[in-house]
Amino acid sequence: MVPLSWYLVLAAALFSLGLYGALSRRNAIAVLMGVELILNAVNINLVAFNRFIVPAAVNGQIFALFVLAVAAAEAAVGLALIIAIYRTRDTVNLEDADLMKG
Amino acid sequence: MPITGTQLVFLVIALATVASAFMVVTSRNLFHAALWLVAVFFGVAAVYATLEAEFLAVVQVLIYIGAISTLIVFATMLTRGMMLGRMPMRNYQWAISAVVSALLFVALVLVLFQINWPVVQAAVPDNTVAMIGEALVTSYVIPFLAVGVLLSVALIGAILIARER
Repeated sequence: MVPLSWYLVLAAALFSLGLYGALSRRNAIAVLMGVELILNAVNINLVAFNRFIVPAAVNGQIFALFVLAVAAAEAAVGLALIIAIYRTRDTVNLEDADLMKG
Repeated sequence: MPITGTQLVFLVIALATVASAFMVVTSRNLFHAALWLVAVFFGVAAVYATLEAEFLAVVQVLIYIGAISTLIVFATMLTRGMMLGRMPMRNYQWAISAVVSALLFVALVLVLFQINWPVVQAAVPDNTVAMIGEALVTSYVIPFLAVGVLLSVALIGAILIARER
């Protein structure tokens, strides 16, 4: 059987890569992809803890389902915002989206 | 410790997933990054399958690969001026971001190997799908309804924000 720590290392690697993508990209869609990687890493952790620590229950899987639903809502609203910004400012570069900067 | 067949399968899946995730955050072409993201979602679905969470594996394929990556590909094509690689894809803080992310990874791995997780050796019940369905309409009914409201609001809000004026 695969040890729990392997799953946690995989999730940590995905989370770190997603964090790097969210912090270092200039394109808003690419930042959203980094956030999706982070959410997937969290879901791997939830399902792995469910499987190894409470195998007879499904609480971790239900939490992962809720994270997935929130991720879907976040992707829909985020991409709608990006398209609205593209329409009004003709860019999806986050450094140019400074309308609310003081 | 010799490596068993299951562990070998997991290692292959994990390496493919992490390599695809690396391509997602480093690819210069945004469209290629979106396609690598599909590979990551597929790898995560395979990881769920190795954890015997079949329902989540199917939902991952349906929602992430079927819906979210389609949305991302559409948004990439609608804003195509940025995807041709004429501008650098990284901002001025990419180096410090890389250092911070690498340090976070090292810290997480160091911590998780020090903790003695209370692992239980037991089999997964056969009817997990039925258990998930039952829990969603009994003990988790309020969060379930709240997520339904959230999805409706997000849907209406996305249409309102993105429509032509």
